[in-house]
Amino acid sequence: MTANAADGTSRAYEPDVRERLERDAKEIIARYPKPRSALLPMLHLVQSVDGHVTREGIEFCAEQLGITPAQVTGVVTFYTQYKQRPVGEYHVGVCINTLCAVMGGDQIWDELSEHTGVGHDEATPDGKVSLERIECNAACDFAPVMMVNWEFFDNMTPEKAKKLVDDLRSGERVLPSRGPNTLANWKDASRVLAGFPDGLAHEGVQAGPESLRGLELARERGWEAPPADAGRERPQEPVKPGEVTDPPPNEPGKPIGGDVKPGSQEGRNQ
Amino acid sequence: MTTLTPILTRNWDQSDSFTREGYEREGGYRSLRTAFGMEPDAIVQAVKDSGLRGRGGAGFPTGMKWGFLPPSSPNPRYLVVNADESEPGTCKDIPLMMANPHVLVEGVIISSYAIRSNHAFIYVRGEVLHVIRRLQRAVAEAYEAGYLGKDILGSGYDLDVVVHSGAGAYICGEETALLDSLEGFRGQPRLKPPFPAVAGLYGGPTVINNVESIASVPSIVGNGADWFASMGTEKSQGFGIFSLSGHVTRPGQYEAPLGITLRELLDMAGGIREGHRLKFWTPGGSSTPIFTEEHLDVPLDFESVGAAGSMLGTRALQIFDETTCVVRAVLRWSEFYAHESCGKCTPCREGTYWYKQMLKRLEAGQGAEEDLETLLDLSDNILGRSFCALGDGATSPVVSSIKLFRDEYLQHFEQGGCPFDPSKSTLWGGAK
Repeated sequence: MTANAADGTSRAYEPDVRERLERDAKEIIARYPKPRSALLPMLHLVQSVDGHVTREGIEFCAEQLGITPAQVTGVVTFYTQYKQRPVGEYHVGVCINTLCAVMGGDQIWDELSEHTGVGHDEATPDGKVSLERIECNAACDFAPVMMVNWEFFDNMTPEKAKKLVDDLRSGERVLPSRGPNTLANWKDASRVLAGFPDGLAHEGVQAGPESLRGLELARERGWEAPPADAGRERPQEPVKPGEVTDPPPNEPGKPIGGDVKPGSQEGRNQ
Repeated sequence: MTTLTPILTRNWDQSDSFTREGYEREGGYRSLRTAFGMEPDAIVQAVKDSGLRGRGGAGFPTGMKWGFLPPSSPNPRYLVVNADESEPGTCKDIPLMMANPHVLVEGVIISSYAIRSNHAFIYVRGEVLHVIRRLQRAVAEAYEAGYLGKDILGSGYDLDVVVHSGAGAYICGEETALLDSLEGFRGQPRLKPPFPAVAGLYGGPTVINNVESIASVPSIVGNGADWFASMGTEKSQGFGIFSLSGHVTRPGQYEAPLGITLRELLDMAGGIREGHRLKFWTPGGSSTPIFTEEHLDVPLDFESVGAAGSMLGTRALQIFDETTCVVRAVLRWSEFYAHESCGKCTPCREGTYWYKQMLKRLEAGQGAEEDLETLLDLSDNILGRSFCALGDGATSPVVSSIKLFRDEYLQHFEQGGCPFDPSKSTLWGGAK
């Protein structure tokens, strides 16, 4: 048994953890005109500490926001990203919505689940990896799609999926197709979702090759949007003439270099 | 012939397109200065004149939505950007925010100024970590540059923007469910009226717009309403991102005037994958009735797609070739709706549950023709009787597939199983 102490405060967190949580919670609450809006980010925050939404986490949120644990629990159970039992250090999603399923997501799921011996929302005994059957993640042009801690792994196959999970379990370096140059663990990822940036926004490609297909075709064929309405006054230019005119060769999208085209996945984990 | 019109996607091939420097090099934040030289009402008028209609699926005129805000109210006004892109097949806002978050931020500033709001929220789905990072950084860069905060560019106008991550619930793309979620509750839709324009976030007058709608505003202010309206069709003006996925040679994002056809887009995308032919497709996500080869020349604008029996939706063109079992596709969509139904209203909660139960059985070949009548009857009890559009959307694939592919359902019953080999539909199994 934990918490529900007579004085109404949760006793479960160590004092230093609690102090940090309180400081972060205060910062989250300050973003909003009304405190209750902070609940969703605060639940991401407690996941960043506990790995899932624990009883202590629920009571912490309730206490900070002046609502009941039942009210918090009602929210927790509504949203699939809040986990009520531990997930792996790397939470692996396989899209099984129609388009990805048809393109191979079903086969990927079957083989991956057999390979790891775990099912939907279950973790491997070493606690490294958990699996989830996820719904459409808005990357259909990259189907079949997988996610690890909510980073994109595009154009997957059963072989790539199994290697990915093996690498995650053995501690090999794994990189998302469109994401930073390191793969955040579940807790660190949850902290970003709570609204605390990890400073990795500048890393990784700006767009995947599929995202650029239309633009590249337009460039090839010389297609452009029509010119602006005649006689429109142009405002003062934010960039002075003579300043940078070409994108820097390797900054800040670091993986792009040399002859590699923007958006290319070359050198990325495929 | 229709040609592509890269506007929102124009800088996506620059490696630093997501930075303020990269965006400004391509002319970014110039429209903001133009906007501050205009009266807020003149911007609302320009958006009305442009003909911009909501890019999140429903196609409601954006300027008119803004115009519904009461002229005065005791509560503060809010702008909320719906970045909860989750409709199956829809995949335009996520790459837009990853590659070009500043066009959204600029749109948020101009739109907030136009509707006289000092507080805006970007509600982004939580399952897209790197997109959230890019949004957080873009907003931080805009503060650093003085485009957000107090007295923006000396205009006397103040604006704060918060990036708010959701937590995995499709229903939060419904605008009033989104508001409940943003207020810290379970994301369930609200009864309308009152509409959000009158009583929205925290009871204040609120405008909720899709990412692509708001991101289109800087181009309208910068280039003119007539410029925007010169693209597209008479009643569906402007451009939009068309997302091709599935059995096409070059799936991806194609930005074009509304009214382009799938035949034209397929031609640009290298056609259906080699050795195969088109079987069925969705014009605007899984909630829009499916189309077939017959509809290749339907102009993809709100009116023409509607007249042909579907909806333009989010221009999420999911393409399936002849290896795909339509019953399997519909089953999976129905499982999705059952999973995502918020449970508030009976027709949707129970109806999608029974869809799932029945279709599982039918796909396994254990059904009879009268089951199709039961499915249609069930659909009649969901469509128009649900609390929000989720229930209506769930009926689209069921009803349209029975209409267009009745024989394929019957084949399942005759054979006592699915006549298709799913391995032939996969990315790696399609070679002939």
